[in-house]
Amino acid sequence: MAATGAPTGLTQGSRTKGGIGESTLRPDGTLKVTGEFAYSSDMWHEDMLWGQILRSTVAHAEIVSIDTSEALALPGVYAVMTYDDLPTEVRHYGLEIQDTPVLAHGKVRHHGEPVAIVAADHPETARRAAARIKVEYRELPVITDEASATAPDAILVHDNRTDHHIGHVPHPNIVHRQPIVRGDVEQAARRADVIVRGEYHFGMQDQAFLGPESGLAVPEEDGGVHLYIATQWLHSDLRQMAPVLGLPEEKVRMTLSGVGGAFGGREDLSMQIHACLLALRTGKPVKIVYNRFESFFGHVHRHPAKLLYEHGATRDGRLTHVKCRIVLDGGAYASASPAVVGNASSLGVGPYVVDDVDIEAVALYTNNPPCGAMRGFGAVQACFAYEAQMDKVARELGMDPVEFRQLNAMEQGTLMPTGQPVDSPAPVAELLRRVKAMPMPPERQWESSEGADVRQLPGGLSNTTHGEGVVRGVGYAVGIKNVGFSEGFDDYSTARVRMEAVGGEPVATVHTAMAEVGQGGVTVHAQIARTELGVARVTIHPADTRVGSAGSTSASRQTYVTGGAVKNACELVREKVLEIGRRKFGSYHPAWANAELLLESGKVVTDGGEALADLVDVLGDEAVEVEAEWRHRPTEPFDLRTGQGNGHVQYSFAAHRAVVEVDTELGLVKVVELACAQDVGKALNPLSVVGQIQGGTTQGLGIAVMEEIVVDPVTAKVKNPSFTDYLIPTILDTPTIPVDVLELADDHAPYGLRGIGEAPTLSSTPAVLAAIRDATGLELNRTPVRPEHLTGTA
Amino acid sequence: MRVSFTVNGRPQQADDVWEGESLLYVLRERLGLPGSKNACEQGECGSCTVRLDGVPVCSCLVAAGQAEGSEVITVEGLAEYARQRSGDALPGAADGAGPHTGEGAGLAPVQQAFIDAGAVQCGFCTPGLLVAADEMLERNPDPSDADIREALSGNLCRCTGYEKIMDAVRLAAARQAEGA
Amino acid sequence: MDFLRPASWEEALAAKAEHPTAVPIAGGTDVMVEINFDHRRPEYLMDLNRIGDLYAWEVGEDSVRLGASVPYTRIMENLRAELPGLALASHTVASPQIRNRGGVGGNLGTASPAGDAHPALLAAGAEVEVESVRGSRRIPIDDFYTGVKRNALAPDELIRAVHVKKADGPQQYSKAGTRNAMVIAVCAFGLALHPRTRTVRTGIGSAAPTPVRATAAEEFLNAALEEGGFWDNGKVITPSVAKRFSDLCSAACNPIDDVRGTASYRRHAVGVMARRTLTWTWESYRGARRATEGAA
Repeated sequence: MAATGAPTGLTQGSRTKGGIGESTLRPDGTLKVTGEFAYSSDMWHEDMLWGQILRSTVAHAEIVSIDTSEALALPGVYAVMTYDDLPTEVRHYGLEIQDTPVLAHGKVRHHGEPVAIVAADHPETARRAAARIKVEYRELPVITDEASATAPDAILVHDNRTDHHIGHVPHPNIVHRQPIVRGDVEQAARRADVIVRGEYHFGMQDQAFLGPESGLAVPEEDGGVHLYIATQWLHSDLRQMAPVLGLPEEKVRMTLSGVGGAFGGREDLSMQIHACLLALRTGKPVKIVYNRFESFFGHVHRHPAKLLYEHGATRDGRLTHVKCRIVLDGGAYASASPAVVGNASSLGVGPYVVDDVDIEAVALYTNNPPCGAMRGFGAVQACFAYEAQMDKVARELGMDPVEFRQLNAMEQGTLMPTGQPVDSPAPVAELLRRVKAMPMPPERQWESSEGADVRQLPGGLSNTTHGEGVVRGVGYAVGIKNVGFSEGFDDYSTARVRMEAVGGEPVATVHTAMAEVGQGGVTVHAQIARTELGVARVTIHPADTRVGSAGSTSASRQTYVTGGAVKNACELVREKVLEIGRRKFGSYHPAWANAELLLESGKVVTDGGEALADLVDVLGDEAVEVEAEWRHRPTEPFDLRTGQGNGHVQYSFAAHRAVVEVDTELGLVKVVELACAQDVGKALNPLSVVGQIQGGTTQGLGIAVMEEIVVDPVTAKVKNPSFTDYLIPTILDTPTIPVDVLELADDHAPYGLRGIGEAPTLSSTPAVLAAIRDATGLELNRTPVRPEHLTGTA
Repeated sequence: MRVSFTVNGRPQQADDVWEGESLLYVLRERLGLPGSKNACEQGECGSCTVRLDGVPVCSCLVAAGQAEGSEVITVEGLAEYARQRSGDALPGAADGAGPHTGEGAGLAPVQQAFIDAGAVQCGFCTPGLLVAADEMLERNPDPSDADIREALSGNLCRCTGYEKIMDAVRLAAARQAEGA
Repeated sequence: MDFLRPASWEEALAAKAEHPTAVPIAGGTDVMVEINFDHRRPEYLMDLNRIGDLYAWEVGEDSVRLGASVPYTRIMENLRAELPGLALASHTVASPQIRNRGGVGGNLGTASPAGDAHPALLAAGAEVEVESVRGSRRIPIDDFYTGVKRNALAPDELIRAVHVKKADGPQQYSKAGTRNAMVIAVCAFGLALHPRTRTVRTGIGSAAPTPVRATAAEEFLNAALEEGGFWDNGKVITPSVAKRFSDLCSAACNPIDDVRGTASYRRHAVGVMARRTLTWTWESYRGARRATEGAA
């Protein structure tokens, strides 16, 4: 019996032309507004069981014993599994370093680590069973920061490391270290008229996607398993899962269910292996759905960071040098930490021309919650700090902060600190100009004939001010983000495109394993197919592992790379269709042989616009299908000593202007407007582009003023794993977000497009911080800014 | 225990309900109506918003037994509910047929507006927002921006930054006014 | 777990007498969170939704008898004139969805120091009507909160209503939180002017183990207003009086550091809110006085 909620193809296009550049609407929009779109947590199967995970209640401890007997004795319980029940010798997984135990073995390294799993006939039975598992811990001292991680007597979070970073890190509790050295900073510092130093702290942010981790594993007759799952990368999950399950990859079938947001938090495995293990053990379908509390422990977070910066500049406003040291807390397991280090270091100076740099970034192993991918990926933390520095230098020089940035802005041809030339448009100064030129929001918008409208004031509905203490501030920031996987990673996508005549109409079917997590990739794929194949009707096949990998829905890469793969596959299909056409009709018209031919509006046409044949006649009963991989330009690793190397594929730039009103007495902030200008290369779908920019901007606002996972420094336990105490912006916290979209083509990329999803998350945070500094005159070297930081009551 | 109530105009009954189950769980797991979403289960996100005897509530915080005998409207029933309210013609569905509209027919005006304005990304918050927005437009057909923000302040969205949601509600209000 | 569904108040009292551990559930906005997150597994859950009396209010001569389950939305919409402080507090409760379900009875039953209604009830003056099969009694609000999440209810008692004094002067309510909507109080402050008795009452939330009044601040202000003849002359309250009042309100706090805010911030913010709400209410009182005089 099939699982209820298994995805079916999305067909769209009978009424629309809808090629690239148009704001076509989502093919899944109707399903999503009617409630019919099945997310992974909506999956259901006759006779299914519910899985539950028992997690560690302490951050760092030896496991003395685990007793599951009482749990197994509970009626309705079908299976209880611990590390000892794992079916093969492969019992760890990880994106890059396989350091994460499927279930804790001998030791737990962070609060909330999975220790045992249960399958039962009702979620409450499963919870009660999990509560009956007795785990005896012997607590160990916790490692929580750089000092405790590298202390002479520090316990090693991971003994006997064998990964490829251990050879170059200064201490086994450092996951990875990347220096980037260019020019001579000491020499350059002597030219500086002003030198500004700062220490900055960036809090731990949660992706807080709304659809919690969930999935349904269905055992199959051939001894394999079919997992319906919300993830960012089906094939990466598969690669990590199959060896643990002891199954060949073809016996682990993966289908993407509806994904309720991701933002990096689904790049690592969560309940995938656990659900499959329980399904294979019990022979029954097993569904696991985290609640919000568990979700805070179920995925990695954005690395908190400590950043030390030194900037120098000449009196006329030219940067002389930048020195910086970025310490990222990777928590208990490596996840994406090495790549985050690569980004934080290589992008650590920002979008500026600086010839002399000395950068070091490290990620620690600690007993804090594991950290990994989140939108902006290392570049966010750096941007917060270097933009604060840019304001400080400008102030020292008595210059306008925007002019100072423009004076030092990089442009096409500038060398990155890695020595890599920026070989496509880099309109940094122009973005700043545009964002500054936008009209300012009116003053005192809260005033009305009936008195103050508190909804438009700091504190909102809580009625804390009617205008008293409220001061306006304005701040600017700009950032640089890489697009795609860097440092020599073989970053490719696969697309299978099929074209056939159905019911007298040419139809294209696009099949990729791309995870649609809300970004609108499915919309864009259909647009590309329409543009390349001249069809109106496109079916988007459900994403699964029956087609090759599409890589991750992260690093702003999907429209570029999987979009590129779809374009490429369409071009190959087009060639085949034209071959058929030449075979069938070539003798009727010389243009078949000697003209440039296109597919448009269901016809084969010459580049002069002359129609040669209807596609349905060319295709007849034949279906043309191509599956092909597509790669962007190769990159290379950064040198481990100097950080030099052509490590990145493409860059993405955004600038923000924040206007805030701060209740200076109560330390409450209302962001009044957050204007953004971004270069997107080519907007394949302008409506979606603006939606991505506004969403990314808002996540940056969140970390500026409210979002932080608070970890107790003494126990390393998470203090606020709930939506009551981990706050994300509501609609009353979010301002209007005017967006100015610039389209300067990158000739290396499909259609000239630029990956766009992450850049707006970078500059929004420092712009808000700059605006709050402008309003209050306070230094504010940490984010999020809390009321106590604005009122001297921290 | 057994719980009986009306959902989207149809009498429904669930048996063997555990006393600690929420209305949300019963809708999703027992009645095959997973449109209402389970994002926080603590009343802090609005994704599970349904109308309980007309009033928008978080269905995660209603004990299943408390729904006994009540009338519940979920996102799955929103279009039909809007149709009945407007006296069978569905204004938004027909005028939505421009060059860029989705393929859907028979949607409530607010549903069509969410599609047209680009207010849907991952869509997990969408059902709750639609129920809340539809109820606000029923009470207040000509809302100011501040009114919209206040009415939707119990519904978190992580993808959109809310701007397109504002656009969608303004659009639904405008279309509603045109149709009236 | 058993689910009890009393059809009437009497049945509810009988059930509570029989099962004193039964947890009453009305709006569900506290109880269901605890159940969903596996923090609580009561033996009996007692649904109060079917008891219509709990959803009714009566406006009397001097006070409003507010049914325990009257949703905050109703209070905001219908009792703004009679209970302005409580109406303002109701408007700060969580979200529209929660305000549609939750009522003052739940706030009182949970007795969390962060409950939004408490400072308004303390400032207005109120009595909690509780009842068991043994009989009914009214607990003055000042005696109701007995500890962190503890109240003066006996195990067999249920909250039926709260009798809140009708406003005889301006009232205000402010709540500091780190978000502009849907936020739990970091701290909150309620203030009510009672021109008839020439007194001022206050309420502080989330800044002590229980909701408290700033009695020293009230006494100071009552004396200062009396001495200066402010009630009669309607003069602007001097900054030094406002400052002293604000400081005494801060001093009435006994807060802790927690994930929502520091003790130091809470003390500070209560002081700021005390000064502002005093200004707003006093200006409103002066405005009303001038209007009355103008009309006379």
